[in-house]
Amino acid sequence: MAGHVSIQYPHSPVNRTMKESEPRLVKWLLITAALGFLCLFLVLPLVAIFIKAFEKGSAVFSAAISSPDALSAIRLTVLVALITVPLNAIFGVAAAWAVTKFNFKGKSLLITIIDLPFAVSPVIAGLVFVLLFSSHGIFGPWLQAHNIKIIFEVPGIVLATLLITLPFVARELIPLMQTQGTADEEASMTLGASGWKTFLLVTLPNIKWGLLYGIILCTARAIGEFGAVSVVSGHIRGVTNTMPLHIEILYNEYQFSAAFAVASLMSLFAIFTLVVKNLIEWKAKKSMVSEEGGF
Amino acid sequence: MARLQSMKMKRVGVLPGFGLSLGFTMFYISLLVILPLSMVFINTVSVEWAKIWQTISDPRVMASYKLSIGASLTAACINVVFGVLIAWMLVRYRFPGARIVDGLVDLPFALPTAIAGIALTTLYTKNGWLGQFLSFKVAFTPLGIIMALTFIGLPFVVRTVQPVLQNLDQEMEEASASLGANRLQTFVKVIFPELLPAALTGFALAFARALGEYGSVVFIAGNMPMRTEITPLLIMTKLEQYDYAGATAIAAVMLIFSFILLLIINLLQWRTNRKFI
Amino acid sequence: MKIIHKYTLVLILLAVILSGCGTTSGQNSKKETSSRETAKKKDSVQLLNVSYDPTRELYEEFNKEFSQYWKEKTGQEVTIQQSHGGSGKQGRAVIDGLEADVVTLALAYDIDEIADKGGLLSKDWQKKLKDNSTPYTSTIVFLVKKGNPKGIKDWGDLTKKGISVITPNPKTSGGARWNYLAAWAYAQEKDNGEEVKTKDFMRRLYKNVEVLDSGARGATTTFVERGIGDVLIAWENEAFLTLNELGKDKFEIVVPSLSILAEPPVAVVDKVVDKKGTKEVAEAYLNYLYTEKGQEIVAKNYYRPRNQAILEKYADVFPKINLVTIDDYFGGWKKAQDEHFSDGGTFDQIYQPK
Repeated sequence: MAGHVSIQYPHSPVNRTMKESEPRLVKWLLITAALGFLCLFLVLPLVAIFIKAFEKGSAVFSAAISSPDALSAIRLTVLVALITVPLNAIFGVAAAWAVTKFNFKGKSLLITIIDLPFAVSPVIAGLVFVLLFSSHGIFGPWLQAHNIKIIFEVPGIVLATLLITLPFVARELIPLMQTQGTADEEASMTLGASGWKTFLLVTLPNIKWGLLYGIILCTARAIGEFGAVSVVSGHIRGVTNTMPLHIEILYNEYQFSAAFAVASLMSLFAIFTLVVKNLIEWKAKKSMVSEEGGF
Repeated sequence: MARLQSMKMKRVGVLPGFGLSLGFTMFYISLLVILPLSMVFINTVSVEWAKIWQTISDPRVMASYKLSIGASLTAACINVVFGVLIAWMLVRYRFPGARIVDGLVDLPFALPTAIAGIALTTLYTKNGWLGQFLSFKVAFTPLGIIMALTFIGLPFVVRTVQPVLQNLDQEMEEASASLGANRLQTFVKVIFPELLPAALTGFALAFARALGEYGSVVFIAGNMPMRTEITPLLIMTKLEQYDYAGATAIAAVMLIFSFILLLIINLLQWRTNRKFI
Repeated sequence: MKIIHKYTLVLILLAVILSGCGTTSGQNSKKETSSRETAKKKDSVQLLNVSYDPTRELYEEFNKEFSQYWKEKTGQEVTIQQSHGGSGKQGRAVIDGLEADVVTLALAYDIDEIADKGGLLSKDWQKKLKDNSTPYTSTIVFLVKKGNPKGIKDWGDLTKKGISVITPNPKTSGGARWNYLAAWAYAQEKDNGEEVKTKDFMRRLYKNVEVLDSGARGATTTFVERGIGDVLIAWENEAFLTLNELGKDKFEIVVPSLSILAEPPVAVVDKVVDKKGTKEVAEAYLNYLYTEKGQEIVAKNYYRPRNQAILEKYADVFPKINLVTIDDYFGGWKKAQDEHFSDGGTFDQIYQPK
């Protein structure tokens, strides 16, 4: 990492033209292997979903995704994602800053606790909130006395999703900021910039791709979570059904095409985030063209 | 540079915001991770120890630990190999459709796990689109479980390695090449150490996630006791019998296991990291 | 100055978190109070029916009919919300605070638990309505491929070598428990009550099971969509529904020589209706299931009606089967659950490696 600091960071590193230094044969072998794997594990299941979705024609498809129950499920899913993702993004940046810029005891322990929600079975992630807030839970009597409902209502779904998606941004940023070290920030501080200025002008540009990936993953998972949400949702149609729960209902009603139609809509969500990401990348690149000269 | 930086790391207090960021982090995880998850243990200790032991050491439960851990490990290993490869391909090579591939990688998160399970089962049962060409059974065997777990864990490795690769300084590789190292040597000696922390993180996360996965696996596993019954399914089974304590006891075992594993990997990683910076 | 800066930030973040939870819960309590007000005003009322999986179609039709009836009778608008899922899971949700006005589950055991663990209704709930509080019944039959290529006629055929059986896991599916008990009753009759032989029969039967899905509908999908297995053990109503929805030309129903009378019970959840003030309409709702109209809808959805006249009318749909009941044969659900499905019960025993 010697001496790159002053050279690299004025530009975003991702926009540099990457040199391909392997022999062509190796390159194409690697690409074939990677694509083959992706085909088997990602593309084929996706194709299967779309074929199933359109099996009964596009009328069934459009009816499935525009039914009132589906629309309310989409609304709820988006609402939950809008609450959980920003919160977990702020948490992720704060946690990554604390963990990578400072030395303190118990750091590995802290990271492990941040990781823990990944390891929790979704069923358990839902169950713990039931144990806390249900009518027999620890806070149950108090909540009932004040007529606040958490479980089987939207707040329960938000809490379960928050827990499940909590580590994503933090986990994306920690290894990245770890390899970057603290030199840039320290240089900026020595030059007299304030802490916030340093963070906004030095750290943030350095971590923006990691942050973006983290947010994309977090969003994807928040939208797609099934197990935990299934435990804390009351499964009431049009009220507490998220998209994954709605799919389950359709599937259980033998409306396979409709179920896959909603599922394909969710995969389109994933592809949509890709478009957004690429758009941002492209914009960043355009502003860089003059500096880099070419590409 | 290496020494310089490690010296700087030790100078605590140069950068601001330690109290704020750590304080907020601690507050947030106490509220959303530690408090809820402690319920697993609180609920378990309310039962006598002998009964807990009987629950968690039952032969069927033991068989499920073996299966869950074995399948998750295998899936995580597959994911590390192909995850690093895919990340490498996405960052370093330009080829038609790269952008689409980049977006597809997140798919396993965006799809509800149940749908992933159903789609994989559709493909790989013995009458399925692919299954009919295979001479061995995939769905309803441990192999099917590994497939599903590989699917759900893939983005972890790709997305942790990818940003590190993007930020990796190619001048180092050029330096290594100009000093006479061949491509493989450069990869092993220069690039790989840089990727190791991220790859390890990806491995740990993919493994941990696989261990707890339920939604996609139940469709493709077949759920036969002693053979293809995963631990999260047994947790569900206990719940179905209104046995909350039994369910949380098994969950506690899984949680402690993942916690120790993640802790070891995190400790290892910080150590290797110190060596390389 | 800096310190103030820090704390304002923390406060802002806290406010965001709390408002995230607060606004939504606020909305809900508002919704709830408004529904309570309207209940007082008596021009519209809302019921929540928490049910198990295979009743979706039945209640969709029944709810429409009932709202119409209730509107004519009282002038009150009633909307019925449905929640479906595995019977045990739904029972748990009600215990944990899902405010169901009525529960219509697969087994009496699950409602017993709501009475026991939740204390939400009295323990003698099953005596409150006619016919054991089960306005409709069903039984367990086999679904096989058209033409019955493997020649499956009775339970004994399921234990033969080379037959692949699909049934859900009795530990996670209420319906699967009826399946298990029906097979058990057959074996016990055949072997004159020798338990060792019965267990051996069950062991051979479950050895032929290729996939143990977690729910009844999952098992149906495995059999119908994936084409796995030679025979599906299923609720009679599910088997009919499958034929109609997924192909009369592909499958047929085989009725075994002996089966079990499956009684999915219904009950008003006393504590909830008292709180919401919906007792009257909830009781009317369940009672309406027993009326001729209700029984007709029940029969149309392939549940066996209790009303003899209507059962006669549909005699060509529902063949006469020799049926045992859970109370007479197994001594009630509590006992059956303990003996067969609890940890260490007979179902665990047949899977124990020897």
